[in-house]
Amino acid sequence: MIEKKFKVVAETGIHARPATLLVQAAGKFDSEITLEYKGRTVNLKSIMGVMSLGVGKNADITITATGSDENDAIKTLTETLDKEGLAH
Amino acid sequence: MSTLLSGVAASAGIAIAKAYRLDEPILFVERRTIENSDAEIVRFQEMIHKSRAELKMIRAKAEQHIGDNHAAIFDAHLLILEDPEFLLSIQHKIQTEQINAEFALQETVDMFMMMFEQNDNLLIRERAIDLYDVKTRLLAHLLGAHLPNLSLIAEDVIIIANDLTPSDTARLNPLYVKGFATERGASSSHSAIIARSLNIPAIVGVKEGLASINHGDMVIIDGFRGQVHINPTSDLVKRYESEQIAEQAITSKWDHFVHQPTVTKDGHQVTLAANIVSEKEGSSVLFNGAEGVGLFRTEFLFMGRNELPSEEKQFQTYKSILVGMQGKPVVIRTLDVGGDKDVPHLHLPYESNPFLGYRAIRYSLKEPVQFETQLRALLRASVFGHLKIMFPMVTTLTELRTAKMLLNKVKQELLNAGTQVNENIEIGMMVEVPATAIMADVFAKEVDFFSIGTNDLIQYTMAADRLNERVAYLYQPYNPAIFRLIKMVSDAAHNQGKWVGLCGEMAADSIAIPILLGLGVEEFSMNAASILQVRSYIHQLSQTEMRKLAEAVLHMETAEDVQQFIQQALNDVC
Repeated sequence: MIEKKFKVVAETGIHARPATLLVQAAGKFDSEITLEYKGRTVNLKSIMGVMSLGVGKNADITITATGSDENDAIKTLTETLDKEGLAH
Repeated sequence: MSTLLSGVAASAGIAIAKAYRLDEPILFVERRTIENSDAEIVRFQEMIHKSRAELKMIRAKAEQHIGDNHAAIFDAHLLILEDPEFLLSIQHKIQTEQINAEFALQETVDMFMMMFEQNDNLLIRERAIDLYDVKTRLLAHLLGAHLPNLSLIAEDVIIIANDLTPSDTARLNPLYVKGFATERGASSSHSAIIARSLNIPAIVGVKEGLASINHGDMVIIDGFRGQVHINPTSDLVKRYESEQIAEQAITSKWDHFVHQPTVTKDGHQVTLAANIVSEKEGSSVLFNGAEGVGLFRTEFLFMGRNELPSEEKQFQTYKSILVGMQGKPVVIRTLDVGGDKDVPHLHLPYESNPFLGYRAIRYSLKEPVQFETQLRALLRASVFGHLKIMFPMVTTLTELRTAKMLLNKVKQELLNAGTQVNENIEIGMMVEVPATAIMADVFAKEVDFFSIGTNDLIQYTMAADRLNERVAYLYQPYNPAIFRLIKMVSDAAHNQGKWVGLCGEMAADSIAIPILLGLGVEEFSMNAASILQVRSYIHQLSQTEMRKLAEAVLHMETAEDVQQFIQQALNDVC
C-alpha cells in the first residue's frame, strides 16, 4: 500500500474536468485506489464518488493505492495532478 | 386528410420530410416487483452497453463536427456509465429489493443528485446535469422511448420542437435537417437568424397544434407563407415539389453573379459580405458570392460546451476562417453574450431586462482575463488573413477606449514575446445603441469603421423588446427614426474618412436596401444565401436616384409611408 498527500492549488478545486481526468487515469490500473478528504474516503475510479467529495482549493487530500501496480498508479496520478495544475 | 398549422415565416423556402421531435420524452417510472432479479440485472447491463455504444458514437460525431473540446462533455457521461460504485449500487438495489431496473436507477440517481446539489462547489453542483442526462438516456432505453439527439440524425428530417436554443441550432446539420418548426420564437430570434444563415426554411411561433405532430409524421413546412402541413395529401406534396423546382430555377439565374463585383447601374460599388457563426462556413460563403465576412459571431464558440474555449481553440477557429476566406476581409466580433444569448457556464446573473443589462462588451470589460484571451487569439490569428476586429454594444467612449487599451496591451505583450501580429488591423465597433448613433461623430475619430446592428438598434430606438410578441408591431425597421439614425452614423463616418457597414436583417431587405444605398452604407452583411439575390437587385438600382429616395424618406412620417413610397418608386425604376 502506498499513500501520498497533496494540497489542492487549482482555483476551482477538483471539479468536473479534472475529476474526469483523474478517474480516467485511475481506471488504467488494477490497484484499488482511494481518495480521502475531510475524513471521507471514496473510490478514485468512481466519478460520482470523486465529485461528491467537492474538493475545493487548499484542500488536503490523500491518495492511496493498493495492488500490484501501486507504484505506477501513484506516479501517474501525481503527474496528472501536477500537469493539470491541480495539486502538489 | 392533412392538417394545417400556421406560424411566423422565419426563413424562406420549402421543405418536405419526416418530423423529428426534439422534445425530451416524458419518462414515467413505476415501481414493480421483479421475480427474477438476475435477469433484470442482465437487462440493465444490456442497456448500459447500448448507452455506452451510443455515447461513443455521439462523442465521435461531436468531435468531427465541433471539435474535441466540446466532445469532452461526453467523456463525463461515459465515465458515469463505467462508474463501479454507481453501477453496483443499482444492481445491489435490484437484487436486494427485488425491484425493476428503472426504479432502482431512479432512486440511486436521486440519491447522488442530492449529494451533488448540496455541494459547496458551484462547478460540481452544475454537473448534476451530466447525471441527469445519463439517467434520461438509460431510462429511455429501458422504457423503449425515442430519445432525440441532433448529432445522431442521419436522414432527411424537419425538426419539431418547443424551442431551439442557440446551441441546438449551432449543431443542426443542414445536410439532413431540411427545416424546423417551433412553438416559441419570433422572426428576429436567434434560431431564426441561424435558419437563414443555414438557408433552411423555418417557421417559429406556431401557437397551436405543434404538439399533435408525431415523431416520423410526414411534414411540409412552407417558409414563404408560414405554414406547416401535417401528413399532407399526395396532391399537396406534388404542388410543393413543383414550387421547390421553380425556386431552384430562380436561384440558378443568379449563378453568374458569384464572381462579379456589386455595382449599381450608375457605377457605384458596394461590398456584400456574409454573417457567419462557425468556421465551417468560412469558405462555403465564397461559393455564395461573399466578398468578405462582415460579421463572425464568436459567441457560438462559447455556447454548447461546459467550459470556456481555450486560447488555442479560439486561435485555430479564427485562423481557419481567415485562411478559408483567402485574403478577403473578415470582421470578427468579440464575445456578444447576454440578451437572448445565454451561455450557462459563464454564470451570467438572471436579469429582468437582459437586453438592457449585462451583455456584450459590458461583460467582456468586467471579465478582462477572458477578454484578453480572446484578443490574444485574434491577434495571433491576424497574420493568416485580412482580419478586422469589432466590439459589440459599445455605449460610451470610455468603453471603446478601454477595449482598445486592452487590445493594445495584449498586442504589445505578444510583440515583446516575439509573436508576429498584423500591424494594420482595422478596429471597428457595432452601432446598436441610439446614444452611440447620436454620438457617432465623436466615435468616428477613434475607430476605423462602424457596423450598424439594426436588429438591436431598432429594438432600442423603438423601446420594444424584439422577442415580446405583444409589442411586435413596434419593431419597425422602416420607421424614419431608424433611417435618421443611420444617416447620422453614415455622415459621421464619412466626415472622418471611415466606412460604414450594416449587419442586421435590413441588409438583405428589398425595401431597406435602396434607402441604405442612398444613405451611403458601403458594406451589407447578411446570411450568405441572400447575397446573390441582393447583388442582382443592386445591379438594377442607381445610387444617384437612391440618394434622392433616401432624402425623401428622412422627411416621412410613418413606417407605412416609407414602405409604400419605396414600393411605388421601385415599380417605376425597375
